[in-house]
Amino acid sequence: MTESIAVVGASLAGLHAARTLRLEGFSGRISVVDAGAHMPYDRPPLSKQILTGAWDIDRVVLPAATEDLGLDWHLGTRATALDLDAGTLALAAADGESTLSFDQVVLATGAAARRLPGTDDLDGVHVLRTLDDAVAVREALDGGAHRVVVIGAGFIGAEVAASCRSRDLDVTIVEALPVPLERAIGAEMGAVCARLHEHHGVDLRLATGVDGFESTVGPGGRRHVTGVVLTDGSAVPADLVVVGIGVAVNTGWLEGSGLVLEDGVNTDATLLAAPGVVAAGDVARYPSARFGQALRVEHWEHAVSGGEAAARRLLAEQRGEEPAVFDPVPWFWSDQYDRKIQLAGRPGPGDEVVVVHGSTDEFRFVALYRREDRMVGVLGMNRPRHVVQLRALLDEGIDWSTAVERAAAL
Amino acid sequence: MRVVVDFDLCESNAICMGIAPDVFEVRDDDFLYVLNETPPESMRAKIEESVQRCPKQAISIAED
Repeated sequence: MTESIAVVGASLAGLHAARTLRLEGFSGRISVVDAGAHMPYDRPPLSKQILTGAWDIDRVVLPAATEDLGLDWHLGTRATALDLDAGTLALAAADGESTLSFDQVVLATGAAARRLPGTDDLDGVHVLRTLDDAVAVREALDGGAHRVVVIGAGFIGAEVAASCRSRDLDVTIVEALPVPLERAIGAEMGAVCARLHEHHGVDLRLATGVDGFESTVGPGGRRHVTGVVLTDGSAVPADLVVVGIGVAVNTGWLEGSGLVLEDGVNTDATLLAAPGVVAAGDVARYPSARFGQALRVEHWEHAVSGGEAAARRLLAEQRGEEPAVFDPVPWFWSDQYDRKIQLAGRPGPGDEVVVVHGSTDEFRFVALYRREDRMVGVLGMNRPRHVVQLRALLDEGIDWSTAVERAAAL
Repeated sequence: MRVVVDFDLCESNAICMGIAPDVFEVRDDDFLYVLNETPPESMRAKIEESVQRCPKQAISIAED
């Protein structure tokens, strides 16, 4: 008899898991644990509306967090260990350590932003992952920072750059790869995204890394960044640096738990990691039959649908029902400047990309990715209707020539 | 039920259109059009999924 479920991590995946458990009939105790102090909040606005100032900070709270679900909240509480034999979590909060018992557990501890070495004691250098990070960057911008260097031209870096450009600031992006987003969307489309930045006045430095930072010591004795030294020998002046170089999964606390932790919590095809244990969101690495490999997906919608699926997996276990396989088509969007980039599927190296609608020069197009005789991805820029209709074909599994025909008919 | 869209929040991600194309349509002007503001009860599950999946939380259901 399942009387209590613990949900570790209260961001999108954990929150949707808790919500689904309650709404789909679990009437026992649901304890939600999160190391952060805030009620669950949405991440996309952190690199956009929070930085531009368009939204007040309290607007990022997730609506599901305010629903009356009868959840037991343990905010500001870090899970430090998982004992599967005892069915307990070790917790640490400001007021000390405690133990939480559970019959089933959802692991949704996500990932943390990677930092550059040597920047911990340097003011003006930020990552952007949490609400606290976004507030700190916003305060720096509101406080008059006007020369911004963004390190990493991934989606976070790109959105931060766009938000800063909308505040009319000088922005330089430093990207180690020769083309931004090459791993996500391929070199050809990555080059289109690079042009988009340049079109909006960003100083884009590709195939360049960071060697170090220039700084001065302020009146309080703290170092503040004044410039970024690049691997080509040049130095870019900067009073604000935002580092967007990816994340590392938060699985350190699970060492010794007995779970398999190869770049995430490893689960089966139903998100089950062990009896009574499921994982969801950025932390979950699951086998995808669709893509013939294990995947760990860091997208918004994946966290929402994964949280729901993880909850349903626990309910299926409780009820002795057949569990459902979790293997969705990844879907992702990024808003940069006045463009909405949308990606469905998972393009890989070697996939051919064909523009089937519109024009990349005008930054308004749809492109399809081909692998052998299959269509494996759809990328759109400001063509949401086309993307969503072509995305539906990916769900069905579609051969290349049919995909091209259907695209032409849209 | 009545489908309500907050057009200040809507960014035309068109997720709703993918879930319930009989109710939501993003057209070539990039705007979302609600084709049927009072869909039948049989569509409730799809409308609720649209509510949850909207990246901007722009959709809600009003019970009249």
